[in-house]
Amino acid sequence: MTTTDPSVGTDTAGGSAPFVKSVVELDRVVIRLAGDSGDGMQLTGNRFTSETASFGNDLSTLPNFPAEIRAPTGTLPGVSSFQLHFADHDIMTPGDAPDVLVAMNPAALKANLSDLPGGGLLIVDADEFTPRNLAKVGYATNPLEDDSLDGWQLVSVPLTSMTLDALADSGLGKKEAERSKNMFTLGLLSWMYHRPTEGTVRFLERQFRRKPEIAAANIAAFRAGYNYGETTEAFAVSYEIKPALMAPGRYRNISGNQALSLGLVAAGQRSGLPVFLGAYPITPASDILHELSRHKSFGVRTFQAEDEIAGIGAALGASFGGALGVTTTSGPGVSLKSETIGLAVMTELPLVIVDVQRGGPSTGLPTKTEQSDLLQAMFGRNGEAPLPVIAPRSPADCFDAALEAARIALTYRTPVVLLSDGYLANGAEPWQIPDVEDLPDLRVQFATEPNGATPDGTPEFLPYLRDPETLARPWAVPGTAGMQHRIGGLEKADKTGNISYDPANHDLMTRLRQAKVDGIAASIGPTDVDDPVGPDGRTASVAVIGWGSTYGPIGAACRRIRRSGRSVAQIHLRHLNPFPADLGEVLRRYDRVVCPEMNLGQLSMLLRAKYLVDVQSHTQVRGLPFRAAELAAAVQDVIDSTSGAPLAADPAGGAE
Amino acid sequence: MTTIELGMPAEGPIADAIARSLETQGEKQTTLKAKDLKTDQEVRWCPGCGDYVILNAVQSFLPSLGIAREDMVIVSGIGCSSRFPYYMNTYGVHSIHGRAPAIATGLAASRPDLSVWVVTGDGDALSIGGNHLIHTLRRNVNLTILLFNNRIYGLTKGQYSPTSEVGKVTKSTPMGSLDHPFNPVSLAIGADATFVGRAMDSDRKGLTDVLRQAAEHQGTALVEIYQNCNIFNDGAFDLLKDPTTGVQWSIPLVHGKPLVFGPDGASCVVRDESGGLRVAETAQVDADDIVVHDATREDPSYAFALSRLSSQDLRYTPMGVFRAVQKPTYDRMMADQVEEARTSSPADLTGLLAGSDTWTVGA
Repeated sequence: MTTTDPSVGTDTAGGSAPFVKSVVELDRVVIRLAGDSGDGMQLTGNRFTSETASFGNDLSTLPNFPAEIRAPTGTLPGVSSFQLHFADHDIMTPGDAPDVLVAMNPAALKANLSDLPGGGLLIVDADEFTPRNLAKVGYATNPLEDDSLDGWQLVSVPLTSMTLDALADSGLGKKEAERSKNMFTLGLLSWMYHRPTEGTVRFLERQFRRKPEIAAANIAAFRAGYNYGETTEAFAVSYEIKPALMAPGRYRNISGNQALSLGLVAAGQRSGLPVFLGAYPITPASDILHELSRHKSFGVRTFQAEDEIAGIGAALGASFGGALGVTTTSGPGVSLKSETIGLAVMTELPLVIVDVQRGGPSTGLPTKTEQSDLLQAMFGRNGEAPLPVIAPRSPADCFDAALEAARIALTYRTPVVLLSDGYLANGAEPWQIPDVEDLPDLRVQFATEPNGATPDGTPEFLPYLRDPETLARPWAVPGTAGMQHRIGGLEKADKTGNISYDPANHDLMTRLRQAKVDGIAASIGPTDVDDPVGPDGRTASVAVIGWGSTYGPIGAACRRIRRSGRSVAQIHLRHLNPFPADLGEVLRRYDRVVCPEMNLGQLSMLLRAKYLVDVQSHTQVRGLPFRAAELAAAVQDVIDSTSGAPLAADPAGGAE
Repeated sequence: MTTIELGMPAEGPIADAIARSLETQGEKQTTLKAKDLKTDQEVRWCPGCGDYVILNAVQSFLPSLGIAREDMVIVSGIGCSSRFPYYMNTYGVHSIHGRAPAIATGLAASRPDLSVWVVTGDGDALSIGGNHLIHTLRRNVNLTILLFNNRIYGLTKGQYSPTSEVGKVTKSTPMGSLDHPFNPVSLAIGADATFVGRAMDSDRKGLTDVLRQAAEHQGTALVEIYQNCNIFNDGAFDLLKDPTTGVQWSIPLVHGKPLVFGPDGASCVVRDESGGLRVAETAQVDADDIVVHDATREDPSYAFALSRLSSQDLRYTPMGVFRAVQKPTYDRMMADQVEEARTSSPADLTGLLAGSDTWTVGA
């Protein structure tokens, strides 16, 4: 931290003498906004994120909210928070712990204070620390006054009353005006971190275009917060985080669910096929339904079904008709869809099944993240029902993962499970906008001519005569003359697709379906291994392997470990089934393999079973992403126990 | 003879494939014979099953619609009746127990240029698939649903079904079943179905007549077909099939005609005091009080009241078309929304990916 360029604050309040405000340059900061579910913390966080993205910082976000829409006001279960990590360099996680905590009421303080390291900046809305609100969360005395917060830099600001003062002439009632306190807070933070403000003003005008008085009030509160920061003596310092060095190109900020939706639209455009989404609302996947329903001009049809089963059923029916059928859900929905997924395996039709994983089992933790549906995706069906499984590694990567899911589904005529999760779905990061021409070509060839002949020589269509390379069956859509055929869930005779109970045929077909999925490995390239040569000129003897949203925390942990002078390899899997063809060989290169997962060891079970490699599982299921420091410490222990010569540096310290 | 006009598929790979197939196959064949609809698959229902009669009736009548084989899709669930698609030389999906309406909805909603049929049974449609059935009916997707009702589970060998009468003794109910049954017609009208009819497997003329009206209907049409299972529930509909008792207990529904039935027209249907309908002796009422059948009445309560004249033992069973009203179809409205969106904002993928807030990092 270096102090540079002191500037003079402009004093518009009049009276007091101008005072000097200094600007401190930081390389990164983690801010957590916490308030009641009704306080608009998610909106505030998203706006601050947009300002930060357009400023050019790298960033990563972690929204964290309760399953209840509005738990009783001011209580601990009602606390909603939004954490944003932004930096002048590329970062991989939303940050282990905040540097700054904004608490809009006593409940938000109580729920989040233990995460704020000693000395951290703590901004609270003093107006909300009333005896009633304090009593609701069990504070016997007011923490703002009893010295219990001495270990932090406490700045107690009357956010609510200043918002009301700023809106005194707005014509709004007290209750309505109070709602703008989140915009006042956003204004203050925007000043503190030198964020551009035009985007937020434009957003508020757009958002409330039918209620101009509300738009005006929010903009007034936002500006008042900004000006307050500029003039008050409560904040003597503001901070500058320079734009991050990023690859040249055009960028936008994007969440995982948004990226996934755009990837599906792009897959429709690149294949030329209409996209048909059959879905039933479920947290945290519903935003994909919302987003796709806005893109009808791309020929996207969205069908909100009566239940999860009808959602996937309709999608499969549309696939039979030649559409790119898609269904989106979370774990409980996959449970309901499993019979139809089995039908898709049997009928060998393209289908994309998106599972935005959440805490389970049963209803579990609907708004929290977990990656515990991997084995369900792999095996959660009756019979031998293999299907490809892929996972995105970051919010923006959901775009590419959606295209890859569509590629596999269309090329191999198979259902594909795409495993996103709650953290990817709601988290956001900058995304370099790709050129449409660079996206994969997903065009398909529908069958239009007979591909066989009956014993008497009459040409006939054999719906299960496979492509010798991909083992995919031909896709003939209704309306195509002469290609009439019947498919279904009963076992198919090889080539003809007629019902067959023949023992040898069932054995053959079971193996063919497996071979088709295994064969996808030929199209996916080698394992992605990050194993830089260390300072001692050696590559690592310990590898960390992961999948899905743990990419960020594992990557950040590996950076810490490498900074401590140790070597470590990071392997991250996009394809969970089939694995890349060289994966077994890659794993055997390392003395030890550690597999961190937000479940009880599902990938490590698959790896151990398939490759007989002694994978060491490191797991947690807290509904939250891993903390990089904790992961680094765990991996460091493995490295040191392997090398026998522990190094002194502590990888748990320092930044990403 | 009416022919049904199907639209064209939207431009794109699907339309291209269809056009290519016609280059080699010649023009669409819309003049078919019953044998054109048969497949090389051996029909595997029990000898004497009512399903054979229905299959023959459907194969004989379908050509009169003037639809090419490749434009017809038959989707079924699980059960004896659901083997139907294998015996029809059209496109077909033999799907999962109860889910045929859902699968057919996705197909019909994305391809309004097809004639989509659902073949289902009383267990398939009303038990495991009850939810899909009612929602499909209320949405009014352009589908024709043939519900084969034999009032028993046949494929699982003889358990009672959701249309079995109370007290039915079966393998799973040795002391008699306790469930009150569904009346499928009442259920469909309750779900605001736009077309509901009922026919008997052995009545070729009546069945064909109802099927034709159902096929011509724009929207979801449900036809309940009483079908005899000669193995597990033989004679279930004998009361209505027997020439003597049949006349006595069946009420033929003819649009625009008074509801008079029974030997010599001795019985009729009149309004009862509580607003419903009841059966009366024709000689005892004013001719003006006899209800004239109107299947096009918007308010479903009349058709519902008609369906409630029946008791579990089939005494008074209206046969024919209960209700046939016009409402916008789901697939058409969905296609219209897509068209409207395309007109107001043409697809621009580059613009969509960029969104409204971007920034540029220079080289």
